Amino acid sequence: MSGKPRLTYCNGRGRMESVRWLLAAAGVEFEENFLETEEQYKKLIKDGVLMFQQVPLVEIDGMKMVQTRAILSYIAGKYNLYGKDLKERALIDMYVEGITDLMKMILMFPFSPPEAKEKNLDSIKERATNRYFPVFEKVLKQHGQDFLVGNKFSWADVQLIEAILAVEDNIPAVLSGFPQLQAFKIRMSNMPTIKKFLQPGSPRKPPPDERYVETVLKIFKI
Amino acid sequence: MAGKPKLHYTNGRGKMESIRWLLAAAGVEFEEEFIETKEDLEKLRNDGSLLFQQVPMVEMDGMKMVQTRAILSYIAAKYNLYGKDLKERAWIDMYVEGTTDLMGMIMHLPFQPADVKEKNLALIIERATTRYFPVYEKALKDHGHDYLVGNKLSWADIHLLEAILMAEECKPDILSAFPLLQAFKGRTSNIPTIKKFLQPGSQRKPPTDEKSIAVVRKIFNI
Repeated sequence: MSGKPRLTYCNGRGRMESVRWLLAAAGVEFEENFLETEEQYKKLIKDGVLMFQQVPLVEIDGMKMVQTRAILSYIAGKYNLYGKDLKERALIDMYVEGITDLMKMILMFPFSPPEAKEKNLDSIKERATNRYFPVFEKVLKQHGQDFLVGNKFSWADVQLIEAILAVEDNIPAVLSGFPQLQAFKIRMSNMPTIKKFLQPGSPRKPPPDERYVETVLKIFKI
Repeated sequence: MAGKPKLHYTNGRGKMESIRWLLAAAGVEFEEEFIETKEDLEKLRNDGSLLFQQVPMVEMDGMKMVQTRAILSYIAAKYNLYGKDLKERAWIDMYVEGTTDLMGMIMHLPFQPADVKEKNLALIIERATTRYFPVYEKALKDHGHDYLVGNKLSWADIHLLEAILMAEECKPDILSAFPLLQAFKGRTSNIPTIKKFLQPGSQRKPPTDEKSIAVVRKIFNI
């Protein structure tokens, strides 16, 4: 046994991508087990390894962890990316939850029926530029520090850089009204562990395409 | 200054109910300010009190906290309902995410069009009895303790009781195949703070009715 965390999911971003980001940012190497068929998924359920019959699944420290938020909180806590006290943790949680709401729109977007795609893209743009990005632009402006919380790199920063890049995949000029976030994006992208993750050949997955959508629909019968 | 947490939400269960449960179970008195009109919501937004323009919002310990999970995590940790270490916290998080998914389905039911309501109610019952309740029944069976994690009352237990009672409102005999959950329900309901919360006159809100649905639709434009 290698001792490395082992991730079970489809070979694509989905809900597991935030876990890949956080492990990578923390400098933690991990293995991946890709779900390719319905049979594989059904076998996992039959073997009783999925607590609520769902993936993501991350095997880490003797636990078979499920539920994305639980997994991310554990990793953040373990690798000191969760602030120095309860109040910093509260801020990180609030920021992460907000970003997660935005990421969920992006997660669901490839599965939109063709007639709803344009409207959904507009919603993503509206929420990103009117509800979410202004919050983080203001936070960075007000304290003038490099990181969102406690002048120290945390889960919130990782989640934000992931979200910025994911939105930009769909709406390239989305940061045009946000100079602080532009600078933040460059700073985060240059942090050694993140820089490595952003290079070709890393475990980072490409934006979802038709094939990914088909695979997900096939495996999970949705 | 009172020092009591102050909850901002509509006068109904929704996403705030889990927070009311947790504070009550922890023996913490709280105040509530009800949003009754669109203007009430706009005022909170214009005051800059809502980080992402949304409620729930809880004023506590000098913070204006938003995002249900962030608020619940903070309360759980502050009042020692979050396990003794990172691993216990991971288990509590996993269990809570499951009950959150189940309660989320139940919460949305009143807002669905009549033609899908029956189908979704059937799905809720199916998920409760085949995906969620078996997990907690097994957890209690495996360790034989009174509580889900670490042989001590935690957020996971309070959340599970809330979910059980909500599910019973959908189908009164929904626990018929789960003897340990029935015992758990009896035991946990008798914890003094919880017993008090379950009595008439407490801040617990009744099941969502037509009138509160109409209010919510009007205030939030849904």
